[in-house]
Amino acid sequence: MITELRVEIRTTTRRTFLGLSLTLPLGAALTACGSDGPSPSSGGGGGKPTATIWYLTGQPAEGVRKASVERFNKANPDAAVKVTLFENDAYKTKIKTAIGAGQAPTLIFGWGGGTLRSYVQAGQVDDLTPWLDENPQLKDRLLESTFSAGVIDGKVYGLPTDRIQPIVLFYNKRVFDKVGVEPPQTWGDVLDLVPKFNAAGVAPFSLAGQSRWTNMMWLEFLFDRIGGPEVFQAVYDGEKNAWSHPDAIKALTEVQKLVKMNAFVKGFSSIVADQDADQALLFTDKAAMMLHGSWTYGSMKNNGGDFVTGGHLGYMNFPPVDGGKGDPSNTFGNPAQYLSIYSKATPEQKEIAKRYLASLVTDEEAKAWIDVGSLPVLKGTESLLSQSPDADFLKFTYDIANNAKHFGQSWDQALSPTAAEVLLDNISKLFQLSISPQQFAENMNQVIGK
Amino acid sequence: MTAIASGAPGRTGRRAVAPDTRDRVLPWLALPALLFFVVFGVVPLVGVLALSFTTWDGIGDITFTGPASWREVLADPQLLHGLWVTFQVMALSWLVQTPASILLGTFLAGHQRYRAVLAVIFFIPLLLSSAAIAVAYQALLDPNFGLGAGLGVDLLVQDWLGEPHLAMGVIVFIVSWQFIPFHALIYQGGVRQIPRSMYEAAQLDGAGRVRQFFSITLPQLKYTIITSSTLMVVGSVTFFDLIFVLTQGGPGDATRVLALDMYKRGFQANLMGPASAIAVIIVLTGLGLALLLRRIGGASNPAASQLDGA
Repeated sequence: MITELRVEIRTTTRRTFLGLSLTLPLGAALTACGSDGPSPSSGGGGGKPTATIWYLTGQPAEGVRKASVERFNKANPDAAVKVTLFENDAYKTKIKTAIGAGQAPTLIFGWGGGTLRSYVQAGQVDDLTPWLDENPQLKDRLLESTFSAGVIDGKVYGLPTDRIQPIVLFYNKRVFDKVGVEPPQTWGDVLDLVPKFNAAGVAPFSLAGQSRWTNMMWLEFLFDRIGGPEVFQAVYDGEKNAWSHPDAIKALTEVQKLVKMNAFVKGFSSIVADQDADQALLFTDKAAMMLHGSWTYGSMKNNGGDFVTGGHLGYMNFPPVDGGKGDPSNTFGNPAQYLSIYSKATPEQKEIAKRYLASLVTDEEAKAWIDVGSLPVLKGTESLLSQSPDADFLKFTYDIANNAKHFGQSWDQALSPTAAEVLLDNISKLFQLSISPQQFAENMNQVIGK
Repeated sequence: MTAIASGAPGRTGRRAVAPDTRDRVLPWLALPALLFFVVFGVVPLVGVLALSFTTWDGIGDITFTGPASWREVLADPQLLHGLWVTFQVMALSWLVQTPASILLGTFLAGHQRYRAVLAVIFFIPLLLSSAAIAVAYQALLDPNFGLGAGLGVDLLVQDWLGEPHLAMGVIVFIVSWQFIPFHALIYQGGVRQIPRSMYEAAQLDGAGRVRQFFSITLPQLKYTIITSSTLMVVGSVTFFDLIFVLTQGGPGDATRVLALDMYKRGFQANLMGPASAIAVIIVLTGLGLALLLRRIGGASNPAASQLDGA
């Protein structure tokens, strides 16, 4: 466990401890460390000034992002951006550790929200507002709604990039036809469908429960549809006992009702989202529906044979709950991905980073995302969208993103890392039925505002 | 220490190094190891102890907050739960591994050729990384696409990692599967050190194989058992990678051992202070257990030990 905590010795004692506390993986750098303080590694550039960036693995997004970097490197012979790839969950831990250790890449990829706020509070990322003010053409090309999670205290710290990813309800038309039922229009329909699919030997919902944030998507929508966005907003604003709101308890109870009805695929707690097994359940006809991010469309198209291209994949926004207060147009998900500039990078690296960011606000970038069935964060892409082979799905997500009265950020990203970990932990227990909705609310009330 | 002691008789044969020079040189030989231990062992440990009295999110500045982290950790029921889960993993995997390793080690101690071949095969799990093992088992145990579903064996189609007791069982099984070869190797060496004359004498007295095993092999292995158990017990206190990849401590917190709890607090919840406090608790637990096992080993007559007896 000493290894795990090697990066903990910090700031005040850095000079004395940093070199000594680095263990094996960084042992080689031992002698090089003491002299010039933290400097993001620029290795591999062959003498050229090099900015670094860490991205996530997982097609098709991985291919698009790598292509963006390659395009930049080709167009800029005097500079280079070097990519390192990590798996999603591993990345989220790795980047925090790297920032704490003063070893972060020049460009920090993230989801905005509470995590970005913690970087800002520690002065680890640069304010991009002045740069955007100097380059209004960039700011004007990006959809306004995408900025939200990258703005902390009125300043832009994360530039929206990539794509807009609302969470939608996917369903398998083949299974619906086989069982002879119609897609649900309301929450009541959902509850009626569950026993019908179970009787037909098909899991009503696919769910990768071990990943926990997958379960969280259910709570996000049920909280919203039952109580409106205000319920979670109160938590976000740090109101006391906000989780004990009657609508929150009702939503938590509804989720446990689903679990008790066996609405989720057998063994869902053993399934991990990073391995895409949840998607496989849907396209192999083992599950009828799946609540998931729009990013899964691309991977289901890649992996699911003719499931997507043959028109067997259906999609809709989460249905309204009878008597609920939330607007049925509301959605959740990632308004965008965000790139921030590491404050301890060299001025030279920051300059390259800005040029790279500017290269992402272009038609080429937008087209690359549309080609993989994703909605880019740029304005003026309607004609490109309609020409795409995935035009139907793109139009659907475009409408969701543009018509949503409220586009909520994923909770675990919106909250501080401390509160998010407690949230995910309790969600996992809630879906295990090992705690009651009231206990959930009590546990969560304790970390409000932390 | 044993190696040094047993090297002593050779000294009389070689006159190149005078005894007094050697006595002066020997402590210096320990210096590189000591230096590494201080740099990579003691210094981080002191750092962690210092951090446990601070508040730090891993990103910003460190502020000294006295015993706040300790108070938080000690008041948290998660600590007791973590200790309990760690103890379960420790006890169950010891109970499975020890008998299996002794039997396997005794078996492999024979000099027959087929046993040498089997020894190599048994050794394979130890060569794999824990993370790779965890990912492989995760795929095999998947209730919908795993081994059970693939072979159509209903008994194997269980919610292996989603049901608390099953998840614990799976972890104990995999840990044992992975480390039995290692401990069998230790026992193999131990058994081979037992003087053959003892078995010959026993045979003359008419003792059968089973009787020989219980009356000679097992008592002679006493110190090997303590060595192996110390490795198992102390190792399981810091056991992390397999569980982290396999279950993430889930379902709920059913398999959240102390080391995982520390990691989650430190690197996922950004609470380095409490995480460091748990790290200190882990170190103390490990040291305590190691000392306890030494005590148990040293309490009885040392003349019975195979090393001194041989």
